[in-house]
Amino acid sequence: MTHPTSNSCAHCGHPHELRVEDLRVRYRHVEALRDVSFATSCGACVALIGPNGAGKSTLLKAVAGLLPVASGRILWRGTKVAKWSREIAYLPQRENVDWQFPITVSGVVRMGRYPQAGWWRPFSAADEAAIERAIELMGLADLGDRQISQLSGGQQQRVFLARALAQEAHVLLLDEPFTGLDRNSRAGLAITLRELTAEGRLVIAAHHDMETVRDIYDEVLLLNHRAIAFGPLAEVFTDAGLEATFGALPTAGKEVA
Amino acid sequence: MSDWLMEPFRHPFNQRAVLAALLIGLTNGYASAFVVLRKSALKVGSLSHALLPGIAVAILVAGLNHWSVFLGSLFAALLIGLGSLAVSRGSRLDHDSALAILYTAAFSGGIILLRRLGVVQEMEQWLFGNIMGLRNSDLWTNFWISFGALGTLTALHRPLLMTLFDAEVAATLGVPVRTLNYLLLAVLIVVLISSLQAVGCMLALGLLVAPAATVYLLTDSTNAMFWGGSLLGGVAAVCAVLAGWWLNLEQGPAIVLLLGVVFLLAFLFGPKYGLLHRVRQYRGK
Repeated sequence: MTHPTSNSCAHCGHPHELRVEDLRVRYRHVEALRDVSFATSCGACVALIGPNGAGKSTLLKAVAGLLPVASGRILWRGTKVAKWSREIAYLPQRENVDWQFPITVSGVVRMGRYPQAGWWRPFSAADEAAIERAIELMGLADLGDRQISQLSGGQQQRVFLARALAQEAHVLLLDEPFTGLDRNSRAGLAITLRELTAEGRLVIAAHHDMETVRDIYDEVLLLNHRAIAFGPLAEVFTDAGLEATFGALPTAGKEVA
Repeated sequence: MSDWLMEPFRHPFNQRAVLAALLIGLTNGYASAFVVLRKSALKVGSLSHALLPGIAVAILVAGLNHWSVFLGSLFAALLIGLGSLAVSRGSRLDHDSALAILYTAAFSGGIILLRRLGVVQEMEQWLFGNIMGLRNSDLWTNFWISFGALGTLTALHRPLLMTLFDAEVAATLGVPVRTLNYLLLAVLIVVLISSLQAVGCMLALGLLVAPAATVYLLTDSTNAMFWGGSLLGGVAAVCAVLAGWWLNLEQGPAIVLLLGVVFLLAFLFGPKYGLLHRVRQYRGK
């Protein structure tokens, strides 16, 4: 399962491959994932699709370095993903964020720069420029001083994307980014994810709205505790594939819970 | 009139009390932001009770001096804190229940032991504080504790803030979340001990929660919460000590009571998140 195209990144100019080999992950003493292998690279937008509890979040967390790998390997640019990498950004599920935390939009985005600045060094001009650019790219320029609960759902997602951009991440891992967004915000976020992909970033998102998969993603990983299939959307996102993943075919056009 | 106002500043034990109140208020106020943002007020409260048996054992073993009290209470709080973690991990009981059992048992043991050590008259001081009884050496201990605690918390401000906001994301950005959590708890215990003589272990929690909680109702800025909490803690503690002198009130309880009143005012009349403002907004809709 090697990724066929996209061997260079528009935003840095050399090939960046994420390769997962025979991954097995335990989560709270239960084997959450086994036999997961796939390879993709910057410039792709990958949907993780599978029933609830199929291990989508577990896979994202494992790639982010949050969960120990029981066996197998996760390789980013040819080297094993250590505990963490600045180049891999993890975006939490919306319900896991404390929206009442006394922090502003720019405060969150600035956190993305802490890995570069370290624990003590004041921000350099380059840091400030990266922060400002990230805020602008995500269309948050007028909202910098807002507390994060005073934003729409779509804006809240973009705050965390802006943090990932400030971090200069290549890989964006999103856990159900469309959940809880209204129609307009969903459309807006889809466009944003496409733009980030076109820019040469690798977007991997757990996704459960079957209706919108075709509009957003170009690759699909079908997951149910193990990888059922991985590949280009047209080849993998088929009735047969979904049936193998969900046990039964999800009702056409309906959300699969 | 001015005699009456200036009276408190004439006596060295009063000057010490005011200085100690300022130090303790500033440190506790700053640290209180971490307690509030971590939503761990009850855990910290349990640990403050765990200080008492530590003091009792320390007096029993090494006699009464401020190093024995400091080390004894620190050790007891760590023991109860880590012990409760061990119990909850080693059984099916949740952490809060384990902590509740351990700290109340230890607290009871502390009371029984203190009563038999012949220091009965000081029992109330350990429970509710006696800021007028501070000596110069106590003031220095407080100073170093404040200095160390504020220094640590300020130096680790970025990683701590990330951990508090979202521990998982912090971990993906290279923050040693678990270590920092333990370190933060240790610093909070030390800060609790620093206020032991002033407000006692029953009331220490108030000083370590109320300041930042009040500012939390007034602002959305993280820095305001830390430094505003610190300022409020310091000013309120000093005012309460002076008011205690002028109005003949117990100083320790006066500090915590004043902080409670200020909190209530913020809750009711806060310009943005105050109850009255929100009711008015709701009616206006």
